[in-house]
Amino acid sequence: MTTAERAGAAATVATPVLAVRDLSVSFPTETGNVSAVDGVSLDLAPGEIVGMVGESGCGKSVTAMSIAGLLPGSARISGSVRLNGTELVGTREAALRRVRGKEIAYIFQEPMTSLNPVLTVGRQIGEVLQVHERMSRRAARARAVELLTLVGIPSAAKRVDNYPHQLSGGMRQRVMIAMAVACGPKVLVADEPTTALDVTVQAGILQVLRDLRDRLGTSILVITHDLGVIADIADRVVVMYAGRVVERAAVTDLFAHPYHRYTAGLLSASPTPGRHAGTDRLQEIPGLVPVLSVQPDVCTFADRCPAADGRCRESAPPLEVVAAGSTDHLAACWHPCPSPRSDVEEAHR
Amino acid sequence: MARYLLTRAWQSALTLLLSTIVVFFGVRALPGDPALALAGEDRSPEALEAIRRHYGLDQPLPVQFAQYVERMVQGDFGVSIRTGTPVSSMLTTALPVTVELSVLAILLATALGVGAGVLAAVRRGRPAEWVANGMALIGLSVPHFWLGLLAILYLSVATGLFPASGFVPILEDPVDNLHHIVLPAVILGTGLAAIIMRQTRSAMLDSLSSDYVRTAKAKGLRPRAVITQHALRNSLIVVVTVVGLQLGGLISGAVVTEQIFGLPGFGKMTIDAVFQRDYPVIQAVVLLTATAYIVINFLVDLLYSVIDPRIRVTGDPA
Amino acid sequence: MTVLTVPMAETGAASITRRTRVLRRLRRNPLAVVSFVVLALAAAIALLSPWIAPYSVDQTDFARTFAPPGTPGHLLGTDDLGRDVLSRIMLGARASLQVGLLAVATSLVIGVPLGLAAGYFRAWDAVISRFTDLLLAFPFLIMAVGLAAIRGASLGNAAVAIGIAQIPGVIRVVRSDTLRLKSLDFVAAAVVDGASDLWVLARHILPNATSVILVQATVAIPAAILGEAVLSFLGLGIQPPSPSLGTMLATAQQFAARAPWAAVLPGVVIMGLALAFNVFGDALRDALDPKGDRR
Repeated sequence: MTTAERAGAAATVATPVLAVRDLSVSFPTETGNVSAVDGVSLDLAPGEIVGMVGESGCGKSVTAMSIAGLLPGSARISGSVRLNGTELVGTREAALRRVRGKEIAYIFQEPMTSLNPVLTVGRQIGEVLQVHERMSRRAARARAVELLTLVGIPSAAKRVDNYPHQLSGGMRQRVMIAMAVACGPKVLVADEPTTALDVTVQAGILQVLRDLRDRLGTSILVITHDLGVIADIADRVVVMYAGRVVERAAVTDLFAHPYHRYTAGLLSASPTPGRHAGTDRLQEIPGLVPVLSVQPDVCTFADRCPAADGRCRESAPPLEVVAAGSTDHLAACWHPCPSPRSDVEEAHR
Repeated sequence: MARYLLTRAWQSALTLLLSTIVVFFGVRALPGDPALALAGEDRSPEALEAIRRHYGLDQPLPVQFAQYVERMVQGDFGVSIRTGTPVSSMLTTALPVTVELSVLAILLATALGVGAGVLAAVRRGRPAEWVANGMALIGLSVPHFWLGLLAILYLSVATGLFPASGFVPILEDPVDNLHHIVLPAVILGTGLAAIIMRQTRSAMLDSLSSDYVRTAKAKGLRPRAVITQHALRNSLIVVVTVVGLQLGGLISGAVVTEQIFGLPGFGKMTIDAVFQRDYPVIQAVVLLTATAYIVINFLVDLLYSVIDPRIRVTGDPA
Repeated sequence: MTVLTVPMAETGAASITRRTRVLRRLRRNPLAVVSFVVLALAAAIALLSPWIAPYSVDQTDFARTFAPPGTPGHLLGTDDLGRDVLSRIMLGARASLQVGLLAVATSLVIGVPLGLAAGYFRAWDAVISRFTDLLLAFPFLIMAVGLAAIRGASLGNAAVAIGIAQIPGVIRVVRSDTLRLKSLDFVAAAVVDGASDLWVLARHILPNATSVILVQATVAIPAAILGEAVLSFLGLGIQPPSPSLGTMLATAQQFAARAPWAAVLPGVVIMGLALAFNVFGDALRDALDPKGDRR
C-alpha cells in the first residue's frame, strides 16, 4: 500500500476507535499553573496510524498519557476521550485498569528504563496476560514466547528468560511492543518509539508496528518529533504546538503543502528526500516553545513566526479547513502559507 | 558473577587483614605493658618473662604479628586480667545474649521500617505519610538509651509488666527469656526502624517515579501489584544494604541497651573491660566486632547478586 | 578561553538564582522555619548560658537535694548534690552543641578532601574505599572506647571519636557528588581547556558540592549530639562535674527511686536539639533538590 492509498482508505472509515475531543490538561506547580494541553481533538480510525508531531514540550506526551488516565493525580484534565464510544475521562481507576494494557497499550521512548531490570522479559510480558486474560503463569510464558517471535526476536524460547540488560536496545523495544500487543489492544500509543534507538534499528521497529497494524488491525498513535518517522509510517498527521493542534492532514497533503507556518518551519528544519542538499538549506525555527500558565487567546506561535502581525496577537486562529479541495486538511493560522513550500522558504530567507 | 564475588571476597579479606593490623598496633599503643596485661594475677618477674616468651613478645614485630594472627584464628584471645577466665569462654556466654537481642531488634525494625517506608512513599502527600515521616524523625532523634530508661522507670518499675533487668538463657526458660529481652529489643529496634524507614521510603519514591513503574501502570496492573512486584522489588537492594549495615553495627550498637537493662551480653562485657582496662578482652571485642561487620557486609554483597540479575549475570552492579 | 569563561559565567548566574530559590523554599516551609527558630534559640542560650544561667553549675546545696521541678528558686528542681537542674541543662546543651559542631568539623576536614580525591582520581578510589571500609568496621562506640582508653575520656576526645566515625559518610556523599560533577560539561570544558586538577577541584567541583556537604553536616550534628549523650552516659565522654545531658541521665538512673522525674528533662532536651537539626536537615535537602517536589 502506498501512502496515498493508506490515506484514502483511512478517510473512508467513519467511526473512530478513539475519539479525543477538546482535551485540556494543566498541572499546578510550585511556580503556578502550567497548561500542557489546550483543547486537543483527534480521531483514530480502526487500523489507522496517526502521527503526532511537534517539538519537545509541546504537549504530545501529556496528551498520550492522558488517553488512558496515566497522568499523576495532580493533573487537571477536562474534555473527552472515548474508546469505541465509552468515555474514559473521569472514569474510575478500576475501570481504567481494565482498559490499560488490554484495550489501550503503550510503548515508551526508553526501552532500557521502561522495562523492569529485575524481572525476566517473559515474566513482564506474561504479567499482562495473567492480569487481563487470567492465564496461568505457565500459559502466559508460552504465549510470551509466541509474542516474542511475532515481533521478530530470534530464538524467542531462549530470550524469554533473559533480563532486559541482556538484550540490545532494538530487542528491548521489540519486547515492549510484544508486551503492548499481548492482549490484542484496539489502540496502541507509541510515545517516541524509535527516538532512543540507532537509525538502522529504527526502521526495523517501524516495520514491526506496520506489520501489527496490517495483521491485527491495531490503530496506532505514534508520537514523535521526527518527521522522518511520520513520513515512514503515518496515514495522517497531527501537528502540535504549545499544547494546541495547529494543523491536521493526511500525511501526503501535509508534506506536499503545509499550511501552518509552524508546520512549514518544521519541514524546512528536517531533511526530506527530493530536496537538494546543495541548494535547499535546513532552516532553524528561531526561539523556543513557550511555557504557559494560562492559554491566551492569541496565536502562541506569533513570536516565532515570520508572517505574524497584529491580528495573530489579538485572537487565536481556529482550526479550520484550509482548502476547498481537501476537507481533511485543517490548520489554525491567520496567515497560512499561500502555495507550495518553496515560497515558505523564500519567506524564511 | 564469579568475578564480582571474587572481588568482594578479596576486598573483605583485605579489610579484615587491615583491621587485624590496626587492632594489633592499637593494643600496643595502649598505655601499659601487654605482658603485664596478659599476666593476670601472677605478676612476678619470672611469670612476666615466661609470658613474654610464650606470647613471643621478645620477637620482632612482624613475627609477633604472625603469631598473634595464628592465636586469634585458633580462638585464643588470652585471659581476662580481672577475672582470670579465658576470654574465649567469656565470649561464649556473652555472645548468645547479644545475638538474640540484635536479631530480635533487627527483625522488629525491618518489619516496622519497611512497612512504614512503603506506606509513606505510596501515600505520598496524605496524612499517613506525615505520620510515618514524623515518627521516623522522632525515632531518629530520640536517644534510645533514654527511652530505655523511661521504659524501665514507667513500665517495668511502675507496672511490673516487664522485668527491669537481668537475663534468663533461652535454653533454660524460653518464655522467661523472651519476657526479659522483648523490651530491650523494642527499644533498640525503634532507632533502627527509623533509619530503615527513611531509606526504604526514598528508594520507593525513586522506583515509584521510574519508567518501569509507569510501564507497569500502563499494563493495567493493580496498585498493589505495581508496588510489590515492581517498585518494592527494585528497592530491595537499598533495604538489604541498610538492614545489613545496621546489623553489622549492632554487635557494638547494643552496648548501651545491654548496659541499661543489665543484660550480660557483649556490650556489657565491653564496657566493663574498658573501665577495668582489661586489654585482652578489649582486643577480642574490637576484633570480633570488626569481623562481624565485615562478614555481614560480605553476606549482603552475596544477597545483592540474588536480588539483582544485573550483578548475577554480568558481574557489574549497574 | 571562551570555552572556560562561558560555562563559568553560566554556573555563577545559576548559583545565585538557585540560592534565592532555595531560601524562598525554606521560608515557605513552616517546619523549616520552626526548626530554624528552635536552633537559633538553642544557639543563643548555649552561647550566653555562662551568663544567663541562674546558678553556677557547680554550686551545691546539700540542704536541698532532689528538689522537684517547680521549687521556688529552682524552676526545674535540683539534683543529688542540690545543684540547679535548669543551669546544668543549659550548660549541658551548650556542651552537646559543642560536641556536635566539633565532631562534624572533624569529619568534614578529613572527609571532604578524601571524598573529592576518591571521586576525581580513579587510582585513589580503591585505597580510600578500603580506608572507609576499615573505619566502618569499627563502629563509633568502639572507636570512642579506644580513644578514651588511650587518651582519657573528655569532651574533645568524644567529639573527635564521633567525628572520625562520621568520616565514611562524608566521603561517600562527596565522592558520589564529585563523580556526578566530573561528568558534567562545564568540568569537562575546564579540563579540555587545560585547567589543573587542583584548580578544577577547587573552583568547579567543591563549590558545586557545597549543598550536599551542607545537608550531610546538618544530619551529622544530631547524630553527634546523640553520640555524645551515649558516651557521657556510659562515663566515656564528658567527665563529672562538667555538666552534660548524658551524665545527668546516668545520675538520674542511679537515683531513679528517689527522683524519677530527673530522667525526663535532659532526654527531652537532647531529643529536641536532635529533632530540630533533623527536621531542618530534611527541609534543606528538599529545598536543594532540583526536582523540587519531593518532601
